[in-house]
Amino acid sequence: MQAETKKVLLDPLVDNNPITLQVLGICSALAVTSQMSTSLIMSLALTLVTAFSSAGIAFIRNHVPSSIRIIAQMVIIASLVIVVDQLLKAFAYDISKKLSVFVGLIITNCIVMGRAEAYAMKNPPLESFWDGIGNGLGYSAVLISLAFVRELFGSGKILGFDVMPLVKDGGWYVPNGLLLLPPSAFFLIGLLIWAVRAWKPVQVEKPDFSINHAAHGEAH
Amino acid sequence: MEGLISLAVKSIFIENLALSFFLGMCTFIAVSKKISTAVGLGIAVMIVQTLTVPANNLIYSKLLKEGALSWAGLTDTDLSFLALMSCIGVIAALVQILEMTLDRFFPALYNALGIFLPLITVNCAILAGSLFMIERDYNFSESVVYGVSSGFGWALAITAMAGVREKLKYSDVPPGLRGLGITFITAGLMALGFMAFSGIQL
Repeated sequence: MQAETKKVLLDPLVDNNPITLQVLGICSALAVTSQMSTSLIMSLALTLVTAFSSAGIAFIRNHVPSSIRIIAQMVIIASLVIVVDQLLKAFAYDISKKLSVFVGLIITNCIVMGRAEAYAMKNPPLESFWDGIGNGLGYSAVLISLAFVRELFGSGKILGFDVMPLVKDGGWYVPNGLLLLPPSAFFLIGLLIWAVRAWKPVQVEKPDFSINHAAHGEAH
Repeated sequence: MEGLISLAVKSIFIENLALSFFLGMCTFIAVSKKISTAVGLGIAVMIVQTLTVPANNLIYSKLLKEGALSWAGLTDTDLSFLALMSCIGVIAALVQILEMTLDRFFPALYNALGIFLPLITVNCAILAGSLFMIERDYNFSESVVYGVSSGFGWALAITAMAGVREKLKYSDVPPGLRGLGITFITAGLMALGFMAFSGIQL
């Protein structure tokens, strides 16, 4: 039991990461990562929503007919997201303005739906809760590392504190403006996937097409 | 009228849902391996977006907005926190209705688009279209234009992406970058290309 919980919790961090391997929940991973503060809040919100919705869905999994399960899951997820959205508006208004629609988009974030379908529909509430936390952490790990690179090299700050003083304020660091623009998120996530797969070669995808060396050799 | 045209150009090119807001990325990456399927999905997204954004606009401005219920005597009721729930409900219902209508009246179209329709309910580009509409306070005609053109922008982006990926299939990509990795880098380059539009003022 203990080992199972640990596996469910730690597996999604690298070995089965929702973003780099399962290709889930990429939209928000790219859009909110130009600053550390927004991505920390986003990670926290998504982890909580995934954990509680997985637990809630696991509670009712034996009582919902499969033809209406999607709508039942949607209602649970949407209610949790509304709670998070209202809490953010009440206690962290500036951040909720910056996140704009992306908090609402947790509803359609594929990680939440994906874990509900793939795990919570088949497992008891407690394990589903840990699975939700684990996947949320895997998502957070990617989000926070992207945001760290983008904020540090894009504006010389971490969480708004000056780390490398900028040239325009009399310091020495010339910021790389590209890192604050949307395309850099794509490049960074591509490179991150490359790094993870160089470390864990099991995750490398098979080529769609390969040159047939034997046939090629005969032609010569 | 001029405002509407500029809104259309803005939401197709400058604020492209896929390439500058990263919306609908999961399907954007997963379904862009072949041009034909990408075009099918793009058209489906465009149709659904055209229907849902104006529908949500009506519901939001007539029922949920602060003071919108004054016709029923409830002048200070503010139901705007229900917007998320009603948007996703409207989207799920409209997709279902569209699927049934296509199945009943246009079987050929249903065969071509049918498999993509269920995917669309959880496509964040659709929900985001409605949420942006609420956040930016579009009126009804603006919401129609925004729905059509943002859907078209998304369709354009996924079709272009599929074109690039069909060629890319034959290139020798380093093992770790193969598949997902190179797709992200390609999308990044395309996003850079779309940024060239950002200086355009209409």
